[in-house]
Amino acid sequence: MSKTLRIIFLSLILFLLCGPLIVVSGVSLNAKKRLFFPPEGISLRWYAELLTESSWLIPVQNSLTIAFTSSFIALSIALPLAYFLWRYRVFYAKALFTLGISPFILPPVITALGFLSFWVTIGFYGKMGATMISHAIFFVTLPLVTISLGFESIDREIVEAAQTMGADSRTVFKTVVFPMIRPYMISGLAFAFVLSLNEYIVAYMVSGFTVETLPIKIFNSLRYGYTPVMASVAVVFVLLAVIIFGLIGRFGDLPKLLGALGPEEE
Amino acid sequence: MIGEKPKGVRAHLPLAYPALMLAIFFIIPFGMMAAVSFFHRQPGGFYIPGFEFTNYKNLYTALFGRTLLFSIFVAGLSAAVCVSLGFPFTYFITRMRRRTQVIWLVFLMSVLSLSEVIIGFAWSLLLSRTAGVSNLLVWLGLMEQPKAWYPGFAALLFGICYLAFPYTVLVLYPSLSRLNPALPEASQTLGASPVRTFFTVIVGSMRNAIVAAFVMVFVFTLGVYLLPQILGRPRHWTLSVLITDQAIYQTNMPMAASMAIFFMFVSLLLVALTMAIGKGKKI
Repeated sequence: MSKTLRIIFLSLILFLLCGPLIVVSGVSLNAKKRLFFPPEGISLRWYAELLTESSWLIPVQNSLTIAFTSSFIALSIALPLAYFLWRYRVFYAKALFTLGISPFILPPVITALGFLSFWVTIGFYGKMGATMISHAIFFVTLPLVTISLGFESIDREIVEAAQTMGADSRTVFKTVVFPMIRPYMISGLAFAFVLSLNEYIVAYMVSGFTVETLPIKIFNSLRYGYTPVMASVAVVFVLLAVIIFGLIGRFGDLPKLLGALGPEEE
Repeated sequence: MIGEKPKGVRAHLPLAYPALMLAIFFIIPFGMMAAVSFFHRQPGGFYIPGFEFTNYKNLYTALFGRTLLFSIFVAGLSAAVCVSLGFPFTYFITRMRRRTQVIWLVFLMSVLSLSEVIIGFAWSLLLSRTAGVSNLLVWLGLMEQPKAWYPGFAALLFGICYLAFPYTVLVLYPSLSRLNPALPEASQTLGASPVRTFFTVIVGSMRNAIVAAFVMVFVFTLGVYLLPQILGRPRHWTLSVLITDQAIYQTNMPMAASMAIFFMFVSLLLVALTMAIGKGKKI
């Protein structure tokens, strides 16, 4: 009885989570410029338009550039901070850690408005670099949390063993610590990348009128009427996320990254 | 090497760059926004430095109050829906085999990463007249004619819950996956039904996690910005929409900044309050 109930419940949730995705994929295949579901006629022309029309191609490029750069900047901030916090447990490092987490916890509009006043004041409003740095700060939480988790998982005896054998702290970091936290760095980078691709309000406030990212482009075109291209963008985004997170799940320990305890004994 | 105190300036070197970046690009912007909220607005343009409470006094309007209350109401409601659905869901997931868990988690992460604009677009399609669920109901003979079910409050609530559900699961996941499996087993050995075990033993021992998840999801949904504009009517616009409108379209930065600062305090206050209630119940 309770097993049936559980399966019904899980299927219902799965159905609700999939529903919008199914409709969007269906609509993206319409042959004519109409949004029908089920689609009328099947064609991939809206995917082609996404890759050939400059009005869509430029936002695609902007989004990818911003996501790529900002996720690396976020990583570069998070790595030394997480390392320092792991090596020396001092209060000011913990305070910085809390600071790094806070942009993610507050309602985003607050952080976005802070960025807006900052970039306007120093005269960088509307520049792509401003969006990159803002995203890096906004998403620094993700690599910070994953890398800290990576440091936590290092067995301290291994580090001590390396030191006993005569390695100085630089060698220990290069040969022991770094290889062990690398998977965590990659997943932190991937999380920041995917979320930056999808971020709207910070990008909009910092340079929404000059640097159009994909979410901004989609929202702008929602106002002027729907086209199936929007559906194809959404499908591409979902697929990209599935691939990136699928790779993390395949080669990394996703349950552990998300907070479960060590691997299950089998 | 680990756990010692850093000695000298050189040991602090790794901290310099992150500290500098966070100070310049997070603390200073925040401080600037706080300062701007006290500045004097130049009508028709920018602002001049000053120190006045005019902007905060101007917050005392029916529109601001109603929007604030509506934002809190809709966030609280959707957080309640998400946590009550997400809690059993996460529990079931954590009891699956690790491999199956990974598949679910990949799926949830992918949905979580979706932009608000894509979710809004997807739901507006799902609830539309030409591509929506109502077509399915017509086809099944349950309805006469397809109709549009958005914009409206229900559509907005669906959208927000869809946005926040994967987040809820991920917030609940760590504590539920660490739940000792012996606990429900013991309860069932002692004769409690699985349903009763779930409500008394599992929900009971996870009360703190549930309160914490509620708070996190609540604050998360307080920030919705695009969904109210896509799926709701103007009276369903949230504080985020109002703040952005003041900042970008009315070019009234001091007003927007004072709203944002006020909004921040309200969110922090609500978080503290919910935490306190959660703790109080335990005694």
